[in-house]
Amino acid sequence: MSGRVLVGVKRVIDYAVKIRVKPDNSGVVTDGVKHSMNPFCEIAVEEAVKLKEKKLIKEVVAVSCGPQQSQETIRTALAMGADRGIHVEVAGKDYETLGPLQVSKIMAALAKKEDAQLIILGKQAIDDDCNQTGQMTAALLDWPQGTFASEVSLDGDKVKVVREIDGGLETIKISTPAVLTADLRLNTPRYATLPNIMKAKKKKIANVKPADLGVDLTSRLEVLKVEEPPQRQAGVKVETVEDLVGKLKETGRI
Amino acid sequence: MFPASRYSCQAHRCIRALKTVPTEHTAPQLYTTLHRRTCSSVSTPRITTHYTVHPRDKDSRWEGVEMERFADEADVVIVGGGPAGLSAAIRLKQLANEHEKELRVCLVEKASQIGAHTLSGACLEPSAINELFPDWKERGAPLHTPVTEDVFSILTEKHRIPVPMLPGLPMQNHGNYIVRLGNFVRWLGEQAEELGVELYPGYAAAEVLFHEDGSVKGIATNDVGIAKDGSPKDVFERGMELHAKVTMFGEGCHGHLAKQLYKKFNLRENCEPQTYAIGLKEVWMIDEKKWRPGRVEHSVGWPLNRHTYGGSFLYHLNEGEPLVALGFVVGLDYSNPYLSPFREFQRWKHHPFVAPTLEGGNRIAYGARALNEGGIQSLPKLTFPGGLLIGCSPGFMNVPKIKGTHTAMKSGMLAAEAIFPKVTAESLDSETAGLHVPEYAEALKNSWVWKELYAVRNIRPSFHNYFGLYGGMVYTGIFYWILRGKEPWTLKHCGLDANQLKPAKDCTPIDYPKPDGKISFDLLSSVALSGTNHEGDQPAHLTLKDDSVPVARNLAIYDGPEQRFCPAGVYEYVPLETGDGMRLQINAQNCVHCKTCDIKDPSQNINWVVPEGGGGPAYNGM
Repeated sequence: MSGRVLVGVKRVIDYAVKIRVKPDNSGVVTDGVKHSMNPFCEIAVEEAVKLKEKKLIKEVVAVSCGPQQSQETIRTALAMGADRGIHVEVAGKDYETLGPLQVSKIMAALAKKEDAQLIILGKQAIDDDCNQTGQMTAALLDWPQGTFASEVSLDGDKVKVVREIDGGLETIKISTPAVLTADLRLNTPRYATLPNIMKAKKKKIANVKPADLGVDLTSRLEVLKVEEPPQRQAGVKVETVEDLVGKLKETGRI
Repeated sequence: MFPASRYSCQAHRCIRALKTVPTEHTAPQLYTTLHRRTCSSVSTPRITTHYTVHPRDKDSRWEGVEMERFADEADVVIVGGGPAGLSAAIRLKQLANEHEKELRVCLVEKASQIGAHTLSGACLEPSAINELFPDWKERGAPLHTPVTEDVFSILTEKHRIPVPMLPGLPMQNHGNYIVRLGNFVRWLGEQAEELGVELYPGYAAAEVLFHEDGSVKGIATNDVGIAKDGSPKDVFERGMELHAKVTMFGEGCHGHLAKQLYKKFNLRENCEPQTYAIGLKEVWMIDEKKWRPGRVEHSVGWPLNRHTYGGSFLYHLNEGEPLVALGFVVGLDYSNPYLSPFREFQRWKHHPFVAPTLEGGNRIAYGARALNEGGIQSLPKLTFPGGLLIGCSPGFMNVPKIKGTHTAMKSGMLAAEAIFPKVTAESLDSETAGLHVPEYAEALKNSWVWKELYAVRNIRPSFHNYFGLYGGMVYTGIFYWILRGKEPWTLKHCGLDANQLKPAKDCTPIDYPKPDGKISFDLLSSVALSGTNHEGDQPAHLTLKDDSVPVARNLAIYDGPEQRFCPAGVYEYVPLETGDGMRLQINAQNCVHCKTCDIKDPSQNINWVVPEGGGGPAYNGM
């Protein structure tokens, strides 16, 4: 086995920033807005680096698809312990329509090219909340998948994954190569400290174009409109249960 | 929580026993020192857990934790990625390239990206940028809005008295540009990176390092991974040390490291204490019909009384969208503890001259920052062995013009020019390990910065008279406009802003109108708009020297002014869980790093220290 792990990291709008819809309702304002690495991607990077520190895998490669600024996100992953980075350049219109289908095609192509043993992704991105890229990548590669992982342990050429599911926790054993997606409780990501950021400047980030990987970026989806959620209406206080029932009947709820 | 009368004696004893159990488990140091000091029977819950107040070498939880720091050497380290710091870095690299010398310049900035903590009106005077980059237009500097109209008013509750903007008056803006300073700073950052400056946003300078001879050796960045109670987490890591021949401190108004340096090197022994104001700002997307790009509006008067210094600004930007930047400044030497600068700002927007511009518009940004008003009288000694101060940190703001960016940039450039020959010299000719560069202060005295600040030095202090605002305007008219500041005397300020508050019992509460949700807004939704956030599990960076002082003094005498002057709702006096008495709750995550609390706290008990780098507001082009 190559001992190589691909980790996908996505640059998203920081979770604390108040989002603003563009005046033409075509999307969300991103210019100059604070961006950071998707929190679930941070957890994915941390897991990969932990595996390397336990000497269970040999190399961690951080991958990001996006414009120039995605390189900053890859730098952060390098500072957390990834060995090298791959920046798949997607800009302009292509970037606006970039979604899980396109990214999973890219990840599948890279996995074959890099002879990866594992792909670790965040379970979902906090901007689109799709929760699809990991699953689609596994399907395209015909690899087993361990999604919503809250615990991962490597055992020879098998991986034991404890998954967080609606009913509780499910433990599965899958064979490598495999795709894992990280859930919240998998680990606590380490900080990217300044000495590591400085060292990361010396690590390589390769530039790749989707065309070089033979990936077609055309989107099957067209965004018609983006709107803010409706303003929350003020509630009405009622004094007694009878009032409540009366009001519910009035508005046709019961 | 449980009214004593409702329970039997036994139950009461039981409840009290249950309540004492938690205290036994916590470290004894939490309560003992406070119990010895306070004579009241109510024990003050512990508020401050930061290591600057509770040192870690005496803390048992830190035993055995690796405290070694990784160190690196640079030629110059700059603290602060604002106009001053970036101009200094750029100038240094320009000189290095000119003279074909190698120079490692490292800049650390606490914001996660350059420009994210920058907030200003702003009307930029291009004098400094013309010197730094004569070709700024070709380089794409975001100066898109030349000032076309300049309007000044004195407001009364319902009316407006226009004041003609005669050429020669300090507020006259012909030739200046309305800019979104955050975008300008971001552009400066890009220029700096191109020139080879190493920029490290997201890393705050938390500690000044000293050589054995007492000169400044450099800085250390913040530690990460300390829990809210002050104990180390699994992800704890020490900050990094950056050593330099000279360290430039450009932390902006009321920097926390500068505060330490003033004490250590006695830099303030021959100057007056700095006086400040708080500036609150919003950016609105307005109705296109109301948009007049290039229009600059300033006002004084309502809603402030004639003894409270302050006023408003409203600038129409011209960057494609109908945006206006508007805000309100209140001098922090105000005396009424019931005054809330935030609420003054909100009610000013309802004035008949202002509200029509905002009607039908949308608020898209909010923020606040302290600014300095001391001028020349409050300038400290600028240089010390191993370092120097630049920008708004020592304070070069031209108060009547309300402009400090051009002077901050010039101070950074002059500092760079002064230290360049010294740091690139073949042999370091210095008595101390850290270089002392007094030539910087000399250069500043001979520059246009000094001439400009000298001419306006008496305008701000002239407001301290019986007629307040009107006396000040008359003084400005005579001595500045006609005589150009050549009068032979220099007026003094009133002393520390923190000492100006009168006790609450001598003042009347102000009846502020409720926000209407369309033009005026409440505090918490405003704070959300600043995008501010901090890692929740870290010690509060608003540290108190003495945890019992807020309730014992601030609340008791001044009715807790920090609940009103903080523009982010960090300070709240909430009832104690036991039912009797209040306690101070510090919502550190809301902090927008404005520094007003450190300035205005009447007990000077609050010490703002830098939180984990990357935290704080996420301003976008403010």
